[in-house]
Amino acid sequence: MTLPLSDLAAILPELIVMATACLVLALEPITPAKRKEWLAWLSLGALAVCFCLTSAQMGVHATVFSELIVIDPYAGFWKLLLYAVTGLTLLMSLAYLKEERIHQTEYYGFLLLALVGMMVMVSAADLLTIYLGTELMSLSLYILAGFKRADGRSLEASAKYFVLGAFSSGILLYGISLLFGVAGSTRLSAIAAAVSLRSLDDPTLLVAMILLVVGFGFKMAVVPFHMWTPDVYEGSPTSVTAFMAVAAKAASFGAFLRVFLEGLGGLKANWHTLFLALCVTTLVLGNVVAIVQSSVKRMLAYSSIAHAGYALIGVVVAGHASASFEVRSLGLSSVMLYLAIYAFMTLGAFTIVAMLRKSGLEGDHLEDFSGLAKRQPVAAFLMLVFMVSLAGIPPAAGFIGKFYLFMAAVEADLAWLAVVGLLFAAVSAYYYLRVVMVMYMREPQTSADLAPRLAASPVMTVVLACALAGVIVLGLYPTPLVSLAAQAVLALK
Amino acid sequence: MVDVGYCMTVPLSYYITLSAVVFVTGLVGVLIRRNIIIILLSVELMLNATNINFVAFSQHFQNVAGQVFVFFTLTVAAAEVAVGLAIIIALYRSKSSINVDEFRLLKW
Repeated sequence: MTLPLSDLAAILPELIVMATACLVLALEPITPAKRKEWLAWLSLGALAVCFCLTSAQMGVHATVFSELIVIDPYAGFWKLLLYAVTGLTLLMSLAYLKEERIHQTEYYGFLLLALVGMMVMVSAADLLTIYLGTELMSLSLYILAGFKRADGRSLEASAKYFVLGAFSSGILLYGISLLFGVAGSTRLSAIAAAVSLRSLDDPTLLVAMILLVVGFGFKMAVVPFHMWTPDVYEGSPTSVTAFMAVAAKAASFGAFLRVFLEGLGGLKANWHTLFLALCVTTLVLGNVVAIVQSSVKRMLAYSSIAHAGYALIGVVVAGHASASFEVRSLGLSSVMLYLAIYAFMTLGAFTIVAMLRKSGLEGDHLEDFSGLAKRQPVAAFLMLVFMVSLAGIPPAAGFIGKFYLFMAAVEADLAWLAVVGLLFAAVSAYYYLRVVMVMYMREPQTSADLAPRLAASPVMTVVLACALAGVIVLGLYPTPLVSLAAQAVLALK
Repeated sequence: MVDVGYCMTVPLSYYITLSAVVFVTGLVGVLIRRNIIIILLSVELMLNATNINFVAFSQHFQNVAGQVFVFFTLTVAAAEVAVGLAIIIALYRSKSSINVDEFRLLKW
């Protein structure tokens, strides 16, 4: 058997990122210390090339490697988002690693390897490729989470992430093996065909479905599978936290939606109720527990859990049997829209946290933000914009994301779900605006050594400018992104 | 006379039961053991339960795809152990313990 050249051409972006990752890992030991930043710029260049390649592929719909990989606008949407997020994370890491005195440039290699895993996840048409992509992503993230080796908290985060990640992968894999037993194949199309022949109450099928929900639930950080999230997000280097909270979540949602709509679409009636329960518990717990957090990083971790809950509203709509095709598509495209908008505001907020330094450490405590508006008016204003957007207050982009989700819920006759979402958006405004209140109303620390400084640098400015532009532009003129998501959804059967 | 015993194969349900028992053993191990190495071993049990399933179903369907999957699972499991042990060693150097109850810097 030979590999057809056209198949290889179809996965060119993955190949480029993979080759760059290997190159970065190989060049690291022979690069002089002063030139190490070049490896980051090399990675960034590769991402730019891939961004162009994937944009050119957007109209294509093809399955390659005997239906292991599918290239379609749906995968393209997620990939473009992932390139943007990884690029911003790379830039942010350039400054952050310098502050933290982390000199190992393997960091960028692992970041790119994680990206390859995510790209495979979102364009996989077979549970085998989904599993391999998930593992490549997770293994790289375990390493990245422990990159601050001198800090016990980072190691602890890495260990916790590893134990619970491996555990969830085991559960996911067992579910996949049972599905293989039902369908005789791990192709999503074959599974869909087998599901349509079986009765919906087939116990093997139900157990397999529940195991898949648990496995993906861990990766997406949905309550009750979220226990690892706050600890891991708090302990990891902030640049990695931002990457995990945004990119890993987006890729997990991308793979999860494809599995449940294409592969297990016939089981909608069964998983719809399950996701409804997960959605409501995630909204309640994520938002309520975020209120009592005193570390801003940990608060953002709970907020990322809560945002997964909002995104699940769209999934529930997409699986609502009585809704029309248009409404279900609207639910799905609003999930994609929401996660894209969420990416920019969360990255922005984490960048501010990463920049705030207190005696050589991160100042991620709520106290460290007190009076920031007096000392650093620009940073405080940016944080204000990101918090307002996360809370979903217009005209920031967060409002648009929530608006589409709630509209989809209302059109699917799930108005009560929209009301629950709205109620908890109001709860979330409390803890987001508390940060704003602390920044603007409290007096700054008077003694110089207690007051945190802001590690400003040109790259951080670029990251913040991009995040701000994302939040403002998408808030005022979301039409291109909305239509891109709507087109992408049509690729899913 | 054909000896029936030689022609009989182990029924599929036996394999599934075995794999379910191994899987649950691993699952419970992860949840109740406190030594991180034992937890890692329990995860390996879960993965191997999956392999039993894949091979059994593969034989049942006369479809090698399941056995191919096992090769990938084994490879991934090896990579996972490599990364996991590296993390555990780094952790042991900083805390001189591999008991998960000792890791309390972050609220578990």
